Amino acid sequence: MFASLLRNRESQAKQLFVSFIPSLLAIVGFFLLCGLVLQIRGQDPLEFYSIILVSGFASFDDFGYVLFNATPLIFTGLAVAIGYKSGLFNIGCEGQLYIAAFAAAWIGIHLNLPPFLLIPFCIGGAMIAGAGWGAIPGLLKAKYGAHEVINTIMMNFIAFALMNYLVTSVYQEPGQMIPQTQQIHEAARLPRLASFLPILPQSNPLNVSFLLACGCAVCCYIFLTYTRWGYELRLVGNARDAAAYGGINPGTVTIWVMALSGAIAGLAGVAEVMGYRHRFLDNFSSGWGFTGIAVALLGRNNPFGILAAAILFGSLNKVALDIEILLEVPRGLFLAGQGMLIIWLVSIESLSRRGTKKS
Amino acid sequence: MIFELIPSTLRMATPLGFAALGGIYSERAGVINLALEGMMLIGAFGYVIGTQASGSVWIGLLVGIGFALALALLHAVATVTFHADQIVTGVGINILALGITEYLLPTTEQVGGLPHWKLPFIGTYSFIVYLLPVLMVASHILLFKTPWGLRLRAAGESTEALAALSLSRAKWQYIGVLLSGIFAGIGGCFLASEVHYFTKGMTAGRGYLALAAVIFGNWRPLSGIAACFLFGFATALELANRWNIPGQLLNSLPYILTMVVLAGWVGTSRPPASLGKMQS
Repeated sequence: MFASLLRNRESQAKQLFVSFIPSLLAIVGFFLLCGLVLQIRGQDPLEFYSIILVSGFASFDDFGYVLFNATPLIFTGLAVAIGYKSGLFNIGCEGQLYIAAFAAAWIGIHLNLPPFLLIPFCIGGAMIAGAGWGAIPGLLKAKYGAHEVINTIMMNFIAFALMNYLVTSVYQEPGQMIPQTQQIHEAARLPRLASFLPILPQSNPLNVSFLLACGCAVCCYIFLTYTRWGYELRLVGNARDAAAYGGINPGTVTIWVMALSGAIAGLAGVAEVMGYRHRFLDNFSSGWGFTGIAVALLGRNNPFGILAAAILFGSLNKVALDIEILLEVPRGLFLAGQGMLIIWLVSIESLSRRGTKKS
Repeated sequence: MIFELIPSTLRMATPLGFAALGGIYSERAGVINLALEGMMLIGAFGYVIGTQASGSVWIGLLVGIGFALALALLHAVATVTFHADQIVTGVGINILALGITEYLLPTTEQVGGLPHWKLPFIGTYSFIVYLLPVLMVASHILLFKTPWGLRLRAAGESTEALAALSLSRAKWQYIGVLLSGIFAGIGGCFLASEVHYFTKGMTAGRGYLALAAVIFGNWRPLSGIAACFLFGFATALELANRWNIPGQLLNSLPYILTMVVLAGWVGTSRPPASLGKMQS
C-alpha cells in the first residue's frame, strides 16, 4: 500500500490527467449526441457547434452570463463532492439551498445594519440554516443508521413545503400575488461585478457571489488536502474501519460532513438572494441541487475540476437558451443530454474502478 | 365526511401504489430505484403521445409501459451489468426523462381516459384502480410464497446466495428492475389518463413519494399499499382543504412519517440486506 502511495505521488500529474479522461469522453459524447439529434431533426449540426462556441465566449458580456449561471452550480457541486469524499450522498442540496436562501432573505429584511455587518450576518445565518438542515440526515444516519439518501430526499420535499408555506402565508410581499418576500435592504446586497469592471455592461448580473464561489473552491481544496479534518473526512470515506481503528469516530464525521455540505449548498441560495434577485422567490432554483451531482461527477470531486465543470454547465445553460431562440430546439435536449452524461459517467467510472482492481 | 374523501384518496393512491409496487420488486432484488419518478413521467408521456398518434388508449397504455420499460432497461444495464452507482444512475434517469419529455413535449390536445368500470357499493373508477389491490395481493403471494419470489428476494438479501445455487444474481436483478419499469409505467399512464393530457414534470415528485411508501411499508406489498392509501389520504385532505390545516403540512406529512419510521422510532423498517451492494 505504501509503495503504491509513493508511486502515486511520482505520477500524480499523470494520474490526475487520467482520472479526467472519462469526463472528457463524456463531454465529447454529449456533443456528438446533440449533433446527431439535430441531424435527425434535419438541421445543420455545424451551425449548432458554431453557436456553442460563439454563445458563451463571444464577448465579456456573454462570458459574464456563463459565470453567473455557473455560480450556484459551483456551490452545489462542491457540497456534493464534500459529502461524496466521505462516502455520503447529499441529494438534499436543493432543500438546503432553499432553507439557506430564506434565512438570508429573512435576516436581510429584518435587520437594519451597515453592509460590513449585515452581509456577514446574512451569509453566516444562511450557512447555519443550510448546515442545520443538512445535519439532520447526518445525525439520523450516525445515530440510527437511517440511509442519508432517503432522508435528504424526504427533507427536500419538506423544505419545499415549508418554503411555500412561509412565502405564501407569513412573509409574502404585501399587496402582491407572486409568492415572494419583500426586497432585502440595500446593505445586504452583494454588488455586481459590473460596478468595478468597466468591461462588463451594467446589465450583466454577474456579482460578487462568483468570487465567493471561487474562494469556496480554493478553501475546499485546502481543507480536503491539508487539514486534519479533511484527512479524517477522506479516511472515513475510503476506509471506515481503519478510521475507527485510528481513533476517529465515523459517526461524528458523518454529522459534521453533512452539516458542512449543507452550509456550502446554502451558499447557492445566498448567491440567488443576495447577489441577484434581492428577495426570496418560491421555486427559484432550476434543479441546481441535482445538477450539482452532475457537476461533481464531471469534476471528479476535485474542487478545481468542479469549477471547470460548473463553468461548462453554465455555458451549456446559455447555449440552451440561444439554440431555443435561434434554432428552435427545445431546451429539454440539454436536460436529456445531462441525464445521459450522468449515466455514462457513473458507468465508465465503475468500469475503470473494476479494471484497476483486476490488474 | 371522511367518506367524501374516498374517491380522491383512491385516485391519489393508485399511481403511487403502482410505482411503489415497482419499487418493491426492484429493491427486493437488491437494486435501489430512484428512477421511479422518471419512469412514471415517461409512462405518462408515452400514454399521451401513443394515444394521440393511434387514437386508441390501449396503444397509448402499451407505449407508456414500453417507454418506462426502456428506461428501466437503461437502469438495469448501467447498475447490474456495469455496476454503476445505483443512486446516481437513478438521478440521471430522472433528469433524462424530464429532458426527453420536455424536448418532445406533446401538444395539449386532450386524449381519452382508460375505461371506467362501475362496481356495486364502490363506485365508478378507472379499471386500473381495481387492478392495484389485485396485483398487490398477487405480488405478496408471488414474493413470499413461491420459489420464484424466494429467488428474487435472495438476490436482494445476499450477493452470494444465488451464486451458491449456480443461479445468476444479475438475471434476477434484471427481472426486478424491468418489473419496476412496467409498474411505474402503468402508474404514469393512469396519471395521464385521469387528467387527459401531459404537462412538463407532471409527476411532481410522486416517484419519490412512492419510494417513501416502499420504505414506510417495510418493502412488503401489503404494507406498501396501506402506506400508499395513507399518503393518498393526506393528499386528499389537502385538496379538500376543510379543516384549516396548512396544506403544506399535510403535504409533507408522508415525508416526515417516513423519516420517523426509517429512524426506527416507530415500528421497524429493515431494507433487504444487500440493497445497493454489488459483488466486488
